Amino acid sequence: MSVATTPLADVASSEAALRAFLHGLPGVDRVGADQRAAMLGTRSIKTTAKARAIDLAISMVDLTTLEGADTRGKVRAMCAKALRPGGDASRVAAVCVYPDLVAVAAEALRGSGVKVASVATAFPSGRSSLDVKVADTAFAVAAGADEIDMVIDRGAFLSGDYLKVYEEIVAVKAACGEAHLKVILETGELVTYDNVRRASWLAMLAGADFIKTSTGKVSPAATLPVTLIMLEAVRDFRDRTGRQVGVKPAGGIRTTKDAIKNLVLVQETAGADWLTPDWFRLGASSLLNDLLMQREKLATGRYAGPDYFTLD
Amino acid sequence: MFEYAPAPESREIVDLRPSYGLFIDGEFTEGSGPAFKTVNPATEETLAEVACASADDVDRAVRAARKAFGGWSGLPGSERAKYLFRIARIIQERARELAVLESLDNGKPIRESRDVDLPLVAAHFFYYAGWADKLQYAGFGTKPLGVAGQVIPWNFPLLMLAWKVAPALACGNTVVLKPAETTPLTALLFADICRQAELPPGVVNIVTGAGETGAAVVAHPEVDKVAFTGSTEVGRLIARTVAGTGKKVTLELGGKAANIVFDDAPIDQAVEGIVNGIFFNQGHVCCAGSRLLVQESVQEELLAALKRRLGTLRLGDPLDKNTDIGAINSAEQLARIRSLSETGESEGAERWSPACELPERGFWFPPTLFTGVAQSHTIAREEIFGPVLSVLTFRTPAEAVEKANNTPYGLSAGVWTEKGSRILWMAERLRAGVVWANTFNKFDPASPFGGYKESGYGREGGLHGLEAYLDV
Repeated sequence: MSVATTPLADVASSEAALRAFLHGLPGVDRVGADQRAAMLGTRSIKTTAKARAIDLAISMVDLTTLEGADTRGKVRAMCAKALRPGGDASRVAAVCVYPDLVAVAAEALRGSGVKVASVATAFPSGRSSLDVKVADTAFAVAAGADEIDMVIDRGAFLSGDYLKVYEEIVAVKAACGEAHLKVILETGELVTYDNVRRASWLAMLAGADFIKTSTGKVSPAATLPVTLIMLEAVRDFRDRTGRQVGVKPAGGIRTTKDAIKNLVLVQETAGADWLTPDWFRLGASSLLNDLLMQREKLATGRYAGPDYFTLD
Repeated sequence: MFEYAPAPESREIVDLRPSYGLFIDGEFTEGSGPAFKTVNPATEETLAEVACASADDVDRAVRAARKAFGGWSGLPGSERAKYLFRIARIIQERARELAVLESLDNGKPIRESRDVDLPLVAAHFFYYAGWADKLQYAGFGTKPLGVAGQVIPWNFPLLMLAWKVAPALACGNTVVLKPAETTPLTALLFADICRQAELPPGVVNIVTGAGETGAAVVAHPEVDKVAFTGSTEVGRLIARTVAGTGKKVTLELGGKAANIVFDDAPIDQAVEGIVNGIFFNQGHVCCAGSRLLVQESVQEELLAALKRRLGTLRLGDPLDKNTDIGAINSAEQLARIRSLSETGESEGAERWSPACELPERGFWFPPTLFTGVAQSHTIAREEIFGPVLSVLTFRTPAEAVEKANNTPYGLSAGVWTEKGSRILWMAERLRAGVVWANTFNKFDPASPFGGYKESGYGREGGLHGLEAYLDV
């Protein structure tokens, strides 16, 4: 394991140092960022490029169910879909469930290569003690989670208590053991793009393997400009430290068009190194069927009705 | 990595005729000069043959405009507004046709003609349609000047037409317009739109040709107002021609704008602004941010980010919807860009371009960056009018102002900083007609545009744009 030997090793040594670092990051001009994301949204991805993008997007999906009504049956059905989405489409990247259903998913997916991701840390609000959050994480990992999607304490972040947010991420990361840690910023509650950039860096400094936009429980969720800013952050972080961090927009990505816009954003912002399921994920549920429908349309030249795509 | 497959906009929508005549008194007529060809700069394919207006033809056009002036200026403003609204709506309806034709004739990417040029063209007509019956509130009187002779450049053929024609008609003037020799086609399609809108004959006349045709328009004794957008060199000639004649003149000439980036700038957006400032429309923009003034303390970081960004620019077929950089408009312009770039190198500036394959046919120039440029270098002083950026540095705000203003031009400037007070401090001191803060090349019909010093005089757009077409 590489030890932090970068100039950033000391930035979390004190509240003041961390604050100075985060506030020293270049600002984000909202108008300009929106404009850039909108421009990239006009890229016209057709024919062979579209086919490639759809297959790539399917392989990046974190198929998700996060409902109070989730059951073992629901999760098993979703796992079956994750393994065989339909036609000859490849399996998805992961399924994402609540901690108490991790064991069910882990059993259903054993040996398949599809990862089990679990939300944790008093998801979605994060409003509990650190002990509870760490226990929540340890429980999910023990049940077989390969990936933990934690939420940051937005209250602490917005009140300027960056060190608290940082220490929580470090503690959760330690509880993850071998599991990969995705840190959910809940950008819909951070609101400003400057906050999104600072929270991204904060999470990466604390050891996040992935940074993720949203829980899906708050609107707006993954907007294009927010994903753009997070992609800029992982790109710049790798330049500074040599460590690559993944990005996962989640929530509100429902159509193939949305997914392709995200891939264009990745390609033209962070670069092709991020265009694999190891470094970019799409947190979604209904998106998968739209991708499958558009895939079928490209292959056959006509749309099949919705009844030809399974609902799980 | 996924390659974008070609995504060409279809040119089927454009019904190109083999030859085009002049538009005089509501009719297309022959020209008596030798017809010339207009080519697609991306392929060098001939698009059409276009009539050339001789001095006699120009005289016919001016007389038609004079004849139409009484009726047109006598209409109530609300009636003139109806025609302008109608033209604006037809432009929107035919926007795709106009955008494709603009990209074919000019070489600019379809993304720009579709998303920038055409929406602005329609917006200009809508905006000045709104003024036509409210002139008494503008403060310049309500009396039109008469016949306006208008000569426009090739970089934004239809947009420059809109900037000239819309306010002129709103104020009650009639128009003789000379489009650029290399880009006459959208103006001729606009003539068709005037007919479709049933604009009275003679209110808009379009005479195509080269420099002599333009000179004949400017020199015609029955022309009451001259409006020109183009090079400072030609602007000087025009000022000389009309001196002492009583003609009213507005000139919108060259520029060598500074895009000033402070160390507290939003870097990612500044990079976008720099790219948009100089590589938008292949740098064929009079207000292009052709000089990047970057604070020395942030130079390294900014240049690294800028170079990385230039690596993602997509150069090629202007009709491909994913093209960022299109073709240089003409062989002549390409030669000028090449020659000035060579001068830049020979004077000691360091030249850089991203890896970039240029098509074999057509006129192409890669996006180019010069670092280590000093104010004394030719490329820091002369307008290149191409995708070539000169990078200079400064240490303090005062030095930035001094360098930005140290040019005979004064059309535009950009300031990038998160500090609001500094924006205002800079804007007060920059001798430029437009100062953009944390953005660049942003246009709106409600905002006046024009230059200081050798960038010309008079303002186009907004309330101020009315003054040029009224007898104040």
